Amino acid sequence: MSATVGHVVVVGASAAGVTVADTLRDEGHDGRITLIGAEPERPYDRPPLSKDVLAGTREPAATALRTHTHYEDRGIELRTGRTVVSADPTAREVQLDTGETLRYDVLVAATGVGPRRLPLGLPHGQRRPHRLAGVHVLRTLHDLAAFRTDMLTAHRVVVVGSGLLGMEVAATCRGLDVGVTVVSRGPAPLHGQFGATVGGKVAALHVEHGVDLRSGVGVADLTEARGRVTGVTLTDRSTVAADVVLVAVGSDPHTGWLADPMRGLDTADGLGCDAYCRAAPGIFAAGDVARWHHPALGAPVRVEHRMNATEQGICVARNILGAAQPYAPVPYAWTDHYDARIQTYGFMGPRHQFAVVEGSLTERRFVVVYGMHGRVTGALAWRYPKGLRRARELVAQTAPWAEIHNRRRTSAAMSTTTAATTTTSLHSRGVLR
Amino acid sequence: MHIVVDTDRCVGGGQCVMAAPEIFDQNDDDGTVVLLRADPPPDASAAVREAARLCPALAITLVEEEQ
Repeated sequence: MSATVGHVVVVGASAAGVTVADTLRDEGHDGRITLIGAEPERPYDRPPLSKDVLAGTREPAATALRTHTHYEDRGIELRTGRTVVSADPTAREVQLDTGETLRYDVLVAATGVGPRRLPLGLPHGQRRPHRLAGVHVLRTLHDLAAFRTDMLTAHRVVVVGSGLLGMEVAATCRGLDVGVTVVSRGPAPLHGQFGATVGGKVAALHVEHGVDLRSGVGVADLTEARGRVTGVTLTDRSTVAADVVLVAVGSDPHTGWLADPMRGLDTADGLGCDAYCRAAPGIFAAGDVARWHHPALGAPVRVEHRMNATEQGICVARNILGAAQPYAPVPYAWTDHYDARIQTYGFMGPRHQFAVVEGSLTERRFVVVYGMHGRVTGALAWRYPKGLRRARELVAQTAPWAEIHNRRRTSAAMSTTTAATTTTSLHSRGVLR
Repeated sequence: MHIVVDTDRCVGGGQCVMAAPEIFDQNDDDGTVVLLRADPPPDASAAVREAARLCPALAITLVEEEQ
């Protein structure tokens, strides 16, 4: 089988790219594999960057995805600090920033995403906000080192954006006793990810830990003195003095190297793929950059979570080897805030149906499920990992929404300690939307 | 094959339990991995390898015994 595969070029050397390369080797590909990473470091893991590496409890070097000799041992040609600037699907070639051209038989796009920046044309002044000292983004080890150095001596950090990255950084900064203001465009942190009720719980948790949370506002301008940021002006005209600003307003897929319309690839939001994660003959995508047709949802999705990078990398490698396996994962994600770990399976958001199935919201230990069009689409656990695994079945089966009522009865009967609170939250809450 | 788990790294995702339920479990409190059998039987090794590969925290290390 692998004799027909030939040279596999994997562009992007983070979790997804490394998994593709490893799985190809593990499952019988003995041909050439080239793994190209834009960053100078050997492949490393990103989730710890906003958590223990930022906190200082894990060394940056301990984020390495594999041992130092792994790539050589497995016969994977790792090229770090190299960017692929363009691809030619007809000639099956990629061009590197060195001017070098590489022939491929199979190309894998695993280039991930890059942080969005504040709009360049802020109303006041001509200076681009990201040129000011003290203004940061956080995606790479390089970003982390710069932000961490500034943050450790800061009186106040303003986090612009209240998504997963922004809120994890806020929690980690509070753990180091650094003052934090979070500017949240939405009504609550993580509202867009988890909806109003869980968002409200997240807001309360952060406020209890001393975060100055400004919801429903955006950043109108940055103030500066001699090229260094001194604070932010918000859209409600209030001001916050700050020595450091972290911009965490989402990310955009790295598809510029594939975007030429002549190549016939769909790069509208990531690289568009079929259910097998195939974008075109001989071209696959895995990880944050891949938008594929999810067969169970019947819709295109793109998932920016760590677990998906691994699962999709495995699937892509197998499909390169001829497995013809549609990719239909139940995406898993987790996020840490102080002592609370929130874990999710599947898909959810502010417009989904919502119901508590185990535990209690007031005790801040619960499992909730989300639904759309009468079907369960996702589940979320707040300090309740085993309950989440039970709810995962409902998500995996896209169970009819009515089935969660049986689930509630069972869990209430099973657990006498939480039965009362479970029942209360069921009746008062029901399906919110 | 011998399994070593790093509970400090574990993020409690439970992927290992789904891949190899005879070998891995999660503790009730924070979902951290509980290793049921550090030396799995040979017929479980494929499932254990899948568990190690799936772990999003790279908390499972497999030591292959050399003959």
